[in-house]
Amino acid sequence: MTELKTAEQHNAPQSGHSELHEHAVDFKSYVVRCACILLAVLCAVGLMLGISYLPEAHYGWSLKIILILVVACCNAFLVAGFLMHLLSEKKMVYTILGFTVSFVIGLFGLTVYAMMDFPRGTVIH
Amino acid sequence: MEIPYTVEIRPDTGLYNAKVGIWLFLASEVMLFGGLFSAYILLRVGAEPGTWPHGWQDVTLGTVNTIVLALSAITTLMAWVACKVGQFGKFKFFHACTLLLGLTFLCIKFVEYSAHLNHYEIHLADGRIADGDMVSNDPAQDTVIIKGRYVADEMPLFDLRAQKNIPEDELKIPRAQITAMQNYGPWHNDYLALYFTLTGLHALHICAGCIVIGYLWGPGRKMWKTDPARFTNRIEVSGLFWHFVDLVWIFLFPVLYLT
Repeated sequence: MTELKTAEQHNAPQSGHSELHEHAVDFKSYVVRCACILLAVLCAVGLMLGISYLPEAHYGWSLKIILILVVACCNAFLVAGFLMHLLSEKKMVYTILGFTVSFVIGLFGLTVYAMMDFPRGTVIH
Repeated sequence: MEIPYTVEIRPDTGLYNAKVGIWLFLASEVMLFGGLFSAYILLRVGAEPGTWPHGWQDVTLGTVNTIVLALSAITTLMAWVACKVGQFGKFKFFHACTLLLGLTFLCIKFVEYSAHLNHYEIHLADGRIADGDMVSNDPAQDTVIIKGRYVADEMPLFDLRAQKNIPEDELKIPRAQITAMQNYGPWHNDYLALYFTLTGLHALHICAGCIVIGYLWGPGRKMWKTDPARFTNRIEVSGLFWHFVDLVWIFLFPVLYLT
């Protein structure tokens, strides 16, 4: 991301042919990178589908769910890390996301806690 | 009035203001969807054994939608890169692709919703249940016609994964025998309530994204001539939102379609 020139820089008077050529190379390298990410994302989707069709007799549903969610997390990492450029972001963004992750963990923690928190007098069948 | 830091980097954050704004917005979105996902976990874990629906979604359509969104994530990134290197023609092409892919996603979602809303569970006076797609429900007629099957109770309707090639016949059901009739809308059970809420909210985000992308592709692109750097930043911010929408779908697809 950072190796690309801004539109302002591009619109500045061109110094010669080499700069134009450099732009073309940047764009092409980005196309190649995007194609690789797309391929990886599609592979991850295929893997999730494959896991979902594994025979239940050999693999329990809980194991299948865990495997599918692990692949989904890898897929999410690809999108967030490379397409959203999270791997090369500023500290400010990481700070915002750090707070968000802690709040989400708290939210899910409350959910897990609430599963066992029955009001007094609840009849459990 | 000139808005500060639309292009130049703000020294204390290291980012231009719109980028800080979109990340704060996305953080709030994470909490919104996080709350709904935790509701899903709570209801699914708390469901009676064997009563949580499986195999109710069309995996083929879900997979196609996943691929469509993945492609649109790439095209929106390419649109931003095209702006960065000053190739406005390529930007127009890639952004148009993103818009078309977003609309394709919504069309497929509409097909899925229609299928659910046209699928009925009909309870009969003799205790049986008729389940299938509505063919005719004319109040003037004495019978309701569905294409489906009869089951003795609800249990076979919950898990459709193991039931391949379910035989479906055209069933003519006298109205006098019907004790209850309900389609597979969000009111049918917890699973469908969550399915419609989660995917409906996600579809609303796709709609909003399409409006923004459409604006930047159409009337909003005039800014490219006057302030290309600011326009490029707008494309980046809208792209971040679009990637987030893709990110949510990456979890919605396995949770609602595959598990």
